[in-house]
Amino acid sequence: MARIVGIDLGTTNSLIAYMKDGQPHVVPDRHGRAMVPSVVALTDNGLIVGDPAKEHLTRNPQRTVYSVKRFMGKGLADVEGELAYFPYTLTETGGVIRIRLGEKNYSPPQISAMILKELKLRAEAHLGESITKAVITVPAYFNDSQRQATKDAGLIAGLEVLRIINEPTAASLAYGLQKKTQGTIAVYDFGGGTFDISILKLKDGIFEVLATNGDTHLGGDDLDRVLVDLFVGEIRDRHGIDLSSYPDHMQAVRLEAERAKIRLSDEQKTEVSLDLPEDKGSFTRELTRDQLESLAMRVIERTLAPCRMALKDAGLTPQDIDEVVLVGGSTRMPLVRQRVEALFGKAPHCHLNPDEVVALGAAVQADILSGGTTDMLLLDVTPLSLGIETMGGVMSSLIRRNTTIPASAKEMFTTYVDGQTGVDIHILQGERELVKDNRSLARFRLKVPPLPAGVPRIEVTFLIDANGILNVTAKDMRTGESQSIEVRPSYGLSDTEVERMIEDSFKFAAEDISARKLIEARLDAEALIKTTEKSLAEAGHLIPTEEADGIRRALDQLSAANSGNDFRTIRATMAELEQAAKHLNVVMLDHSLKKGLQGKKVSDV
Amino acid sequence: MKVQPVSKDTDYFTCLGFPRRLTLDPKKLEAKFYELSRAFHPDFYQAKSPKEQTISLSNAAVLNTAYRTLRDPIQRAEYLLALESGSVKDIRTSPPADLFEEILELQDTLEQYRASDRESDEGQQLRKTLQTEKQTLDRRREEMESQLRQLFTGWDQLQDRGEATSQARAERDRILKQMRELLSHRTYINNIVNDLAATIAS
Repeated sequence: MARIVGIDLGTTNSLIAYMKDGQPHVVPDRHGRAMVPSVVALTDNGLIVGDPAKEHLTRNPQRTVYSVKRFMGKGLADVEGELAYFPYTLTETGGVIRIRLGEKNYSPPQISAMILKELKLRAEAHLGESITKAVITVPAYFNDSQRQATKDAGLIAGLEVLRIINEPTAASLAYGLQKKTQGTIAVYDFGGGTFDISILKLKDGIFEVLATNGDTHLGGDDLDRVLVDLFVGEIRDRHGIDLSSYPDHMQAVRLEAERAKIRLSDEQKTEVSLDLPEDKGSFTRELTRDQLESLAMRVIERTLAPCRMALKDAGLTPQDIDEVVLVGGSTRMPLVRQRVEALFGKAPHCHLNPDEVVALGAAVQADILSGGTTDMLLLDVTPLSLGIETMGGVMSSLIRRNTTIPASAKEMFTTYVDGQTGVDIHILQGERELVKDNRSLARFRLKVPPLPAGVPRIEVTFLIDANGILNVTAKDMRTGESQSIEVRPSYGLSDTEVERMIEDSFKFAAEDISARKLIEARLDAEALIKTTEKSLAEAGHLIPTEEADGIRRALDQLSAANSGNDFRTIRATMAELEQAAKHLNVVMLDHSLKKGLQGKKVSDV
Repeated sequence: MKVQPVSKDTDYFTCLGFPRRLTLDPKKLEAKFYELSRAFHPDFYQAKSPKEQTISLSNAAVLNTAYRTLRDPIQRAEYLLALESGSVKDIRTSPPADLFEEILELQDTLEQYRASDRESDEGQQLRKTLQTEKQTLDRRREEMESQLRQLFTGWDQLQDRGEATSQARAERDRILKQMRELLSHRTYINNIVNDLAATIAS
C-alpha cells in the first residue's frame, strides 16, 4: 500500500509527518524547521505559502490570509463579531465564506488546500516519492460542516483523505505509543484557534474516547486579542492615533502581542515596542506576566467549563484521571498549566513537543490504516448530538453526543397527505432543544411514491462514519429499493463546486509550479551575481579588459532578467554569465592557489 | 476470510456473544467489545474492496450500539423487554400511584421557586424544600433500582433453570410485567430528579 502521511492542519502552524521503523517523524524544511506557518499571501509573483508568506502579514495585510481554519465550514454571520480583526475582505456565496485576494475569491478549503500542497511538496522532496494519501487532523469539537470542509481541502490539494481524526486523540496515539500508558487520561488541547478536551481510556492498545468537549473558537488568537485591544487603546489615549485604520500596523501589533505573550511564558516581564504610523515615533511599554495573566484569565477560564462537562459525560471525577496531557502551543503559558493542575489535582504532562504531537499522532493513525501498526486501535466519539427537525421547530435527537463512531440510527418516514410525493428532512447538530439554537447541517427531500397517507414506509439511515462525517441513505421498505439522496449542505461547498475547484487546482498547478520555479531561479541568480561580483573584484585585474567588460554586461543582463517574471529567461541569462565568467573563475582559482602556495617550497607541496 | 454483514435478526446479546441475562460482568463485556472492535473496525479494511469496507462500517456501527445498550443495566433491561415482549417505545413513563399527590405538589414548588427571587427568604426556603424533596426522590429511585436488581436476578435464575412448565411461563410473565412497571416509574422519577438538580444548580 502506498505511503499515507499524517497532517496537522493548524490555525497558526501546520505540519506533516510520516512513520519510519515504528516511530513517527515530522518532515523538516531545508533549515530544519518542521512548522509551516498557516499563512497564504498573494504577491506580484503569485500565491506563496508559509514562512515567506508570513513576511507579507505586515507588508501586504489585505492580501495575506492567516487563521483561515476559523472560517472552515462557516458562513459570514458566524464570524460577524470578529470581522474587524481581519484585514482581508470576507464575503459569502452559497453559505460559504469567501476570501478576496486580488481579483479572485477563494473559499477557506481552497486556501487550506494551498497549505496542504506546500506540506505535500515538502514531504515529497524529503521522502523522494509522490504523496497522494493522507490522514488530516481536526479539532475534536469540529462539527460535520467543518470536517467536510477539511476533507474538501484535501481533495482540492490532490490528496485522498483516508481519515479525518481528532487532534486530542491523535495526540493520545503519539503519547500512548511512546509511554505504553494504561489507564484514564485527559488530553487538554489549547491551540492557536481552538480548544478541545478529550477523556480516554487506554487499555491493551485500545484508545477508547469516553467523552469530548470544546470550543472551536477559542485559542491563542483570543489571548493575542486581549493584548492587541490593550495596546491599541493605550496608543489611542497616549498618541491620539486610531491604529484600526492602518491594517499593516494592526498586523504588527498582533504579531508583537503574540511575541510578547510567548516571551512571558519564560520571563516575568518584557518590553513591547511598536512603530507608529506617519512618522509619529514609537510606542513602548513594559508588560509583566501578572498583567498578561489578569487579562488572559477570562479566556483561560472559558476552557474549564468544557473540561467539567466532559468529565460529567464520561461519568468521572477529576480524581479518576490518571494523567493529564497538554497539547497545543497555548499550553506553554504557566497560567494555563496552573489552572489545569488545579482542576484535575495533578501536574500535567508535557514530555512531547506540544507543537508536534498532533502531527506525530496523525502519522501513527496513517500507519494503522496502511496495516503497519496492528496492535493499536482508536475508538473515537461524535462530539455533538445529531438529529432532525420535527413538528414545532423542535430537534429530535437520533445520535447522542459522545456516542462511539461509527454510529448509526434508523428512522422510518411516511406521509400525512394522500398522494404526497416527497418528505423534506432537515438535519441538525447540537445540544439545544429548539431547531433555531442548533447548527443546521443539511436538507434533503425524500422521494415517496404517490400513495394514500401513511402507506409509504421509507427507512432513512443516518450513519456517522469513522471520520465523524454523516452519510445518509434511504430505503423504500415496501419495494426494498434503495434511493440515492442528494444532500444540500447548509454551510458547505456542493459536490460540483468541489469538483470545479479540483479542476481549477490542476489547471493552476502548472502556474503554481512556474511561480515556484521563478522564486527559485531568482534566488539562484542573486547568488550567482554575488559570487561573480566578488571574483571580479578580487581577480578582475588578471583578465583582459574586454573580457571583464563582457562579464559586466552579462551581469547587467542577468540583473535585468531577474526583475522580470520569466524563470526561463533568468536561467538562460545565468548560463550566459556562467559562460562569460568561466575563464575568470579559472584565473581566480589559480590566483588563490598561488596565493596559498606563496613562500612554500615545491618539496612541501 | 471475508467479512460478512451482521444479520438483521441478530440481537445485541448474540452480537456480543452473551446469553439474554440481565446481570453481566462489565469487564467481560468490555473485553468482548474490544475483541470484536479489532475484528470489525473500518481502520483494518482500508486495503479491502469497497463492499467489504461498507460492511465493516455498518458492522462496527451495530457493534457500538450493542455495546452501548448492554453496558448500561437499565438500557439493557429495556432492550430485553423489547426483545421479549414488544417495542420498548411502548413503555410510557408514568408516576408511581402513591407518589402522585406528592409530585403534583413538587411541580407547584418548582414553579414558585423559578418565579421567586433566589436570594430572598422565600427563595431560600423553597430551595430547602426542593433539596429535601430531591433527597426523598433519590432514595425512592435507589429503592426502585434495588427492586429491579432483584428482578434481574430472578430473571437470570429462571433462564438458568431453562424450564418450560406453565408455572415457569407464568413466572416469566410476572417478572417482565413488574420490570416494565418499575422501569416506567424509574424513568419518570429520574426525569424529575434531573430537572430538580438543574433548577437548584442554576
